[in-house]
Amino acid sequence: MKRELPLLMTAVIGLFMILSFFVPHHLVGVPADFLQQCAVIVVAFGYVLGGANALRVNLEGIARRQPDWPYKLVLVISLVVTVVIGMLDGRRWQEPGTASMFLYNQMYSPMQGTMFSLLAFFIASAAFRAFRIRTVEAGLLAAAALIVMLGRVPVGDALTSWLPESIRMSAFQEWIMNVPQNAAKRAILMGAAMGVMATGLRVILGIERSYLGGGD
Amino acid sequence: MNLAALEKLDRRWLFLIVGLLVLGPLLRPLGLPLGSSKPVKMFHDAVAGIPDGAIVLMSCDYDPGAKPEVVPMTRTAFRQLMEKRCRVVITCLWPGGPSLVDQTIESVANEMRAQGHDLVYGRDYVDLGYKAGYEAVMVLMGKGIANAFPQDQRGNSTASLPLMRNVRDYSSFAMLVNISSGYPGTKEWVQQVNSRFHLPMVSGCTAVSAPEYYPYLQSGQLKGLLGGMAGAAEYEKLRGEKGAATKGMDAQSLAHAFIALCIIAGNIVQWQKRGARS
Amino acid sequence: MTIHRRLLRAPCALLLCAALSCGGGAVSAQPGESAPPAPAPPSGLVYADVPNDAGNAVALSWRKSPDDSLGLGRVTGYVLERGSSPVGPWETVDSLAAATTEFVDQGVDRNTPYFYRVAAYGPGGLTLALANAGPAIGRESWFNSTRASVLTFVVVFFLLVLYFMSLAQTGRKPFMRRLAGIDAIEEAIGRATEMGRPVLYVPGIQDIDEMQTVAALVILESVARLTAKYETPIRVPVAYPIPFTIAQEMVKSGYLNAGRPEAYDPDSVSFVSPEQFAYVAKLSGIMLRDRPAAHIFMGSFFAESLLLAETGYSTGAIQVAGTANVHQLPFFVVACDYTLIGEELYAASAYLSGEPRLVSGLKAADMLKVLLILLILTGCVLETMGITGLTQWMETQ
Repeated sequence: MKRELPLLMTAVIGLFMILSFFVPHHLVGVPADFLQQCAVIVVAFGYVLGGANALRVNLEGIARRQPDWPYKLVLVISLVVTVVIGMLDGRRWQEPGTASMFLYNQMYSPMQGTMFSLLAFFIASAAFRAFRIRTVEAGLLAAAALIVMLGRVPVGDALTSWLPESIRMSAFQEWIMNVPQNAAKRAILMGAAMGVMATGLRVILGIERSYLGGGD
Repeated sequence: MNLAALEKLDRRWLFLIVGLLVLGPLLRPLGLPLGSSKPVKMFHDAVAGIPDGAIVLMSCDYDPGAKPEVVPMTRTAFRQLMEKRCRVVITCLWPGGPSLVDQTIESVANEMRAQGHDLVYGRDYVDLGYKAGYEAVMVLMGKGIANAFPQDQRGNSTASLPLMRNVRDYSSFAMLVNISSGYPGTKEWVQQVNSRFHLPMVSGCTAVSAPEYYPYLQSGQLKGLLGGMAGAAEYEKLRGEKGAATKGMDAQSLAHAFIALCIIAGNIVQWQKRGARS
Repeated sequence: MTIHRRLLRAPCALLLCAALSCGGGAVSAQPGESAPPAPAPPSGLVYADVPNDAGNAVALSWRKSPDDSLGLGRVTGYVLERGSSPVGPWETVDSLAAATTEFVDQGVDRNTPYFYRVAAYGPGGLTLALANAGPAIGRESWFNSTRASVLTFVVVFFLLVLYFMSLAQTGRKPFMRRLAGIDAIEEAIGRATEMGRPVLYVPGIQDIDEMQTVAALVILESVARLTAKYETPIRVPVAYPIPFTIAQEMVKSGYLNAGRPEAYDPDSVSFVSPEQFAYVAKLSGIMLRDRPAAHIFMGSFFAESLLLAETGYSTGAIQVAGTANVHQLPFFVVACDYTLIGEELYAASAYLSGEPRLVSGLKAADMLKVLLILLILTGCVLETMGITGLTQWMETQ
């Protein structure tokens, strides 16, 4: 039953949720709503599980003095301090002047922005290295990249201001975004949607069961 | 000029140049002219077309990572709605976002109060805050907004707020203004809300996500689209404002121009190497 | 008609108060001014059950007041009321702007009769319609007929899967073209083995409700089997708790299926953080400190894709990526050695296992794609000829 019960539950609940998409009747709709609310609760509880695991793994790493144990120590201290501060601030945590808002505004927010801004630097190094025109397709890729990048900012139109508006850089950029890019995106999206359907069906029908563990 | 030596260029030189090109215009703006693209005009016109005084749902699904791109959009859109005397219900589906969203909205509200607008929280705008569950929350809101958000971001009971007495479900809203930087975001709102409940929708998103939403714009599921900081700057220009996005466009322009140069330089290096080999 | 007037007159005063409390904007005349006349009533109120729903909605429409014309200003709006009987008691459903002629009441209980009436109000006062309408009953449907097209595709796909599965069971293995990215996975693991360094497997940054994460975790089992076979360590940092527990099972299963259960290291799978950039920071740290020789990025990625791929490139590792997030594909294409695009990610698990039942799902998806292409072409031709039936059938609600 260790494998059969999860398979049965997956099949029944999966097929039921598919049914709820087509059947608006309350006999199907009400249980489907309930299951969706359960999903919300499970997701929220998952954070508790994850936090406990993070603590356990990192404390073990510190105890065993693994090579990067100082980073683990910083992580554990940060985790504990943030949780304690949050609990002490309670419902007031978003009021100006609280320690939680200090952490949010002076640490969390700038760190997020810093990591995101690394993309600007990395795209420069990737652009220098990767857009080498070795084939016709690579040439089209490089040309499209140049036109879209310059067309999205005022520099593109400034460089082509001597041309009629309909053939300036921004107009070409709009055409690339609206026509070939859109067509390719739609095709990939449709293919991916079918992939989702195929994978979902495999899991629901129990054809794919490796997630249960313990061998085939 | 032999550029083949650039092949071995330490990428940190590229990082330094990008850093200087971005920092320079932020300190000394160049004032490059801004255009306005069709998706941005559509966004502006769609919001302008909302009847004055209507109730609008504004879902700000982002966190501080994408702040430079999405916060200016939020500010400008919220201001446009407030000037039309629309009443705005704000939600956030990202756990790291509610504080930033609340700060942004309140900052705009305070600026408008200083200009003489009579804006009252609870009557003119309500921030319902964050709820875990991604698409499940969107579907739950369709059964009743107050059911999904029994309390607002500031701890008030939703039912006690004057604005929320006129809000039942999606049918109470004239439009959904979604500002998002990933998942859950515009695509999920289109799939779960626009297609099921036929709520008209406009979207503001990060530049990297914008291409994915062009099909929705073409099919009419989105009435307008702001893409990245460029879209936010064009929107500010249409509104006659000079916000953070406009100030950042000079820096973005130079960065884009430099990256274009990197592509060209990389190819010149390759051609010279090939020429040297043959 | 007369009966209705008598029945309606009595609660009129109450109605006026109700309308005023709705902020209807009815304003009494200033002293010394003659009061503007109340607007003419709306008429023709009809109701209909909204189809394809759970019985919680009734659609109403009416003819607007003859005084409701642009610029006249005699009608400010309409008040729609609902009651359980023709004589009330009435509750206000909504106040609607001038020129409104229809409304869908989504707050009704199913299979319950309701009566409706609509009033026009303006500066001169409020005027009820001459008649109310009812009994309007919201009836629930057993099938949302607007989704018939989706059901058709699902059934066709299901039948195709069954057909190809039955073919597979007769021993006929379906043809699959080579996918360079999937072949490269084994090459990458082999390289890591030669260099004596671990393999880093990243199953995306979304939770288990995202199908790409499910596909990535399924591929993980095949990858773990290979790493067990080659005795190469594997590191799997996971962003969310539920995929974390499943990833542990997948890696354990891989080692078991490779006949090396004793080599399984439970610490090879670790939970990091659902925070996007915290997760990236951890992965970047692993890449730069532990120097895995092979990076396999499979699943759903967002802005961190380029950060991961560029950092990985700088360490000299061989990188294979696969995602259905089209906005991240360009970054993986430029920075990784091999990239699986879109549905190739979902095909990978079937491809790696080679199991006929899984491959039959791929063949069914391929056939469905052919049908979709034919449908698109047919639709384009029909729309060009002005025949919209097919497009309308495909629209869902």
